[in-house]
Amino acid sequence: MAATKTRVPAVEGWFTTDAGAPALLGSRCRSCGTYAFPRETFFCRNPRCEGTEFDEVPLSRRGRVWSYTDARYTPPAPYVAADPYVPFCIAAVELAEEKMVVMGQMVPEVTVDDLAVGTEVELVVDVLYEDDDHQYLVWKWRPVTVGSGGSGA
Amino acid sequence: MPDDRAVAVLGVGMHPWGKWGRNFVEYGLAAARHALADAGLSWTDVQFVSGADTIRNGYPGFISGATFAQALGWSGARVSSAYAACASGATAIAAARAQILAGLCDVALVVGADTTPKGFFAPVGGERRDDPDWLRFHLLGATNPTYFALYARRRMELFGATEDDFAAVKVKNARAGAANPNARYRQEVSAEEVLASPMVADPLRLLEICATSDGGAALVLSSTDFARRHGRGDTAVSIPAVSTVTPRFPQTVIEMPNFATDSAVAAAAAGAVDGPAFRRSIAFAAYEEAGIGPEDVDVAEVYDLSSALELDWYEDVGLCKEGEAERLLRDGDTALGGRIPVNPSGGLSSFGEAIPAQAIAQVCELVWQLRGQAAGRQVEGARVGVTANQGLFGHGSSVVVTR
Repeated sequence: MAATKTRVPAVEGWFTTDAGAPALLGSRCRSCGTYAFPRETFFCRNPRCEGTEFDEVPLSRRGRVWSYTDARYTPPAPYVAADPYVPFCIAAVELAEEKMVVMGQMVPEVTVDDLAVGTEVELVVDVLYEDDDHQYLVWKWRPVTVGSGGSGA
Repeated sequence: MPDDRAVAVLGVGMHPWGKWGRNFVEYGLAAARHALADAGLSWTDVQFVSGADTIRNGYPGFISGATFAQALGWSGARVSSAYAACASGATAIAAARAQILAGLCDVALVVGADTTPKGFFAPVGGERRDDPDWLRFHLLGATNPTYFALYARRRMELFGATEDDFAAVKVKNARAGAANPNARYRQEVSAEEVLASPMVADPLRLLEICATSDGGAALVLSSTDFARRHGRGDTAVSIPAVSTVTPRFPQTVIEMPNFATDSAVAAAAAGAVDGPAFRRSIAFAAYEEAGIGPEDVDVAEVYDLSSALELDWYEDVGLCKEGEAERLLRDGDTALGGRIPVNPSGGLSSFGEAIPAQAIAQVCELVWQLRGQAAGRQVEGARVGVTANQGLFGHGSSVVVTR
């Protein structure tokens, strides 16, 4: 059973796995306040800032869809696809406080028909792929409206 | 426009695009020989060779300038090799132009060629957890069409683009490409065929997404003085501007291969007004350098990685205002015979992408157009053309060509 597998992040240090409120981990420049995801550790992207110190900060857990699509064909390696392959949606999500757009897969049950520019979504942690012993986790977006793939529009 | 910024294009040449499966050097060599013959020059007249690199063909691809120089026969020419993803060709052109304008050489050869694998472009092999290009495939399954589709969907929701519009771009480009002997796909397609092709990344279908191709393209560039001495002073097409700009912070449009945009928090706090988006800055930097504006352009070759992206480019190169691209398309303005034909070569839609050759191929097409040599797809009386393209990781690419 899947429940007996060890759950580990597919990438270290990019997100928290709190059961109730997982969050992406970004950086915030101590000099100018610029956020970055994934984290910047030794330079600030702002050309008018020479900041070298950054705080690790959880990013907003909710945002609105900037645009969206799906993947009807199996992406090439290093994507680890289930067999048989199940298409999934990808959304680019605008975070108001950070004034940035962050991509992520949508949770599996969502189709493009459930999405619109402006749909409110929240961050969850879900299985990206698994092997015999592990489930590898990644962040995904889920429409805020309760229900299977309900539209937030 | 300031003549002291211009270099002459004495020769252009291509190896036809296809899926030939041969060594990329063969395509580059064929293109170079065509360009030299077109220029009426010998390889030994070339003082500087500028290669556009391919990263999928081992070491010879990383030092393409030397690879092509050796294939042509070591002549002692000075050499440079450049990689800038899809913009590599423009970077190679910029390097050659700078050498000429600095007076360091009179005649330069620019060459780019590629041999590509089948299917989706995948990252370079190996497990590379510090490479965003590797990570976006691993963590998101985000292919290149994923990003093209995000832009396409946004156009539909913001500006009312339809699937019929996207199909119409493909129909237009296939018609032009059918007349181009260097194109890989030379059959007209109907809107019904486009709309019946499989969905790849909603709303984009298989026939609306550019393929990956083998091909090669080359230019022989010279100083305007040399062109006059060579008897081409009056007839040569010239390049008065090359734009290889990077984005300006904050870059607020999601770009391959990134997971996120820049944060606009600091810019907003400083009261900064949003500058032009990156894609829009690319051609406008070239216009400024050439001392012209988009209203002067007679023909454009833009990077239609998807049919929908071509519509974005109409606006980004200034052929119309934001949100008006669909009207331009529907009115037939950008078709052959229209007011401002776009992609008379057939575009990536008819070629597929041979990455380091593609920006050079765009210039080849404009040179043939401005010389009146584009049989079957000629834009009548064209005197000013512009190319636009963008490479992964922040590489702008735009070349103005005039006669």
